[in-house]
Amino acid sequence: MNQQEFERQHEAYWQETEALIGNLSQRKRIDFSVAGEFPQRYRQVCQHLALARERQYTSHLIERLNQLMLRGHQHLYSARAGFLSPILQFVGGAFPALIRREWRLFWLAFFLFYGPLAVMGWAVYERPEMSYTLMKPAQVSQIEEMYRPDAPHIGRERGADNDVYMFGVYIWNNIRIGFQTFASGIFFGVGSIFYLLFNGLYIGAVAGHLTQVGYTATFWPFVSGHGSFELTAIVLSGMAGLKLGFAILAPGRRTRLEALREAAKVSIKIIYGVIGMLVIAAFLEAFWSASTWIGPTVKYSVAGALWSLVALYFLFVGRGHAA
Amino acid sequence: MLDTYREIETPEGVELQLRAAGPVARMLAFTIDLLLRGVILFILSIVLSVVGNFGQGLFLIVVFLTEWFYPVLFEVLRNGETPGKRMFGLRVLNDNGTPVSWGPSLVRNLLRVVDFMPAFYGFGLASMLLNRDFKRLGDLAAGTIVVYQEPALRNLAIPDAPALAPPLGLNLAEQRALITYAERSQRLTEVRSEELADLLTSLTGVHGRVGMQRLYQMANWLVGKR
Repeated sequence: MNQQEFERQHEAYWQETEALIGNLSQRKRIDFSVAGEFPQRYRQVCQHLALARERQYTSHLIERLNQLMLRGHQHLYSARAGFLSPILQFVGGAFPALIRREWRLFWLAFFLFYGPLAVMGWAVYERPEMSYTLMKPAQVSQIEEMYRPDAPHIGRERGADNDVYMFGVYIWNNIRIGFQTFASGIFFGVGSIFYLLFNGLYIGAVAGHLTQVGYTATFWPFVSGHGSFELTAIVLSGMAGLKLGFAILAPGRRTRLEALREAAKVSIKIIYGVIGMLVIAAFLEAFWSASTWIGPTVKYSVAGALWSLVALYFLFVGRGHAA
Repeated sequence: MLDTYREIETPEGVELQLRAAGPVARMLAFTIDLLLRGVILFILSIVLSVVGNFGQGLFLIVVFLTEWFYPVLFEVLRNGETPGKRMFGLRVLNDNGTPVSWGPSLVRNLLRVVDFMPAFYGFGLASMLLNRDFKRLGDLAAGTIVVYQEPALRNLAIPDAPALAPPLGLNLAEQRALITYAERSQRLTEVRSEELADLLTSLTGVHGRVGMQRLYQMANWLVGKR
């Protein structure tokens, strides 16, 4: 069949299909009997395109059919999931099940973070001058200032006395640290390892130093509560980054690129969880940890409850869920 | 075919053609987005400064959101186009040509941090130049590709002329070249068009304008006019 004949036969069909795709992608209300024709029409256009290429019709026509098919393809294969139900399903089982399935990576990240934290904390407690290996004297005194028992607002720099302001600071700063820990894992895991070690050492040094100078009554009640979510989230973001790095280092029977893509699909789910946990942590830190009118006993009990909650969540929620 | 064409095989067994977008257009699009974000934040900072510390807190949250989620929201909800990309006719797609979804979009935008290292998108640019589809590290990990939007179709009709059968049998590639010539001739100057026609005197037997006309006639015959 020559081209003019071909175009004459199908022109109306293409125009109708074009209009239908336009209406569908604009989410207009269309009668089902019309909308239901779409897959059929799409396949028909695919066939026309294949014919046009095979018969070497003009590039103008081929380009036109290619575009029509591309638009149809975009519409037919767009993923449309609900919004709320996947979230509920994720929080209610898929997330902890995923962490359990990747338990080796979790414990690796865990020890990369808490190991240096414990060692540095103990070292600084025993020998206070150790803290200067990591921090400048000005930094140390600034931190001391924040947790002085007679400080007007515990855990904050002078002048930062608004809960909402601090909430913003925590969101902006902490989640960024989580994202960096994750993303830098693409360099064969080195970036994630660096951030885990560095944050572990730093937090250990601060804790060791403040305990050693005797600010325990202000420091520990402040950090123990939100730490449950925050520190766990840092470990998890490191874990997600290590997952990327290891996929490139040991791709198994896939190409490195393919292994990386597969790993990223899993990692990003961990990051969804990390974002949620860091938002909760920021909320707790700004509105709960900082409140001076709540006694240490209450804060320690709540902290205990929060740590147990996190542990129990990752240990038990979603058992039997197909991760 | 130009080597920036990327062919995607669909389940229907027909190949889709996409054109991967290079670093320059993408940098310009990024710059536009950056400016736009800057303007939004600037206006917001003025409005929120009225509310004091409370406003500053909100402002930091918005800074956080625009820093990380501005591209994600636009890419997923606006068909793969941020305003900057739209301006330069770009869009993000999954590798298989489907619209980009939340997961891949978030991956490619979080990994912006490592593309930015060591400074000014150094790694990202290196990765794009080493890669056939101009992918930065984020695109590699997410399995996404930035392509040019389909340009608006120009209507290139073959100049109308009475049909004339070519004097000898032409193979498919030759037929196609002839038809494409006729289509493109509208966008060429007449002189250039005649010059090209002169390459085919062995087919038309005449020089200049008449030869050009003859090629149009043959093109008309080839697309089916009788």
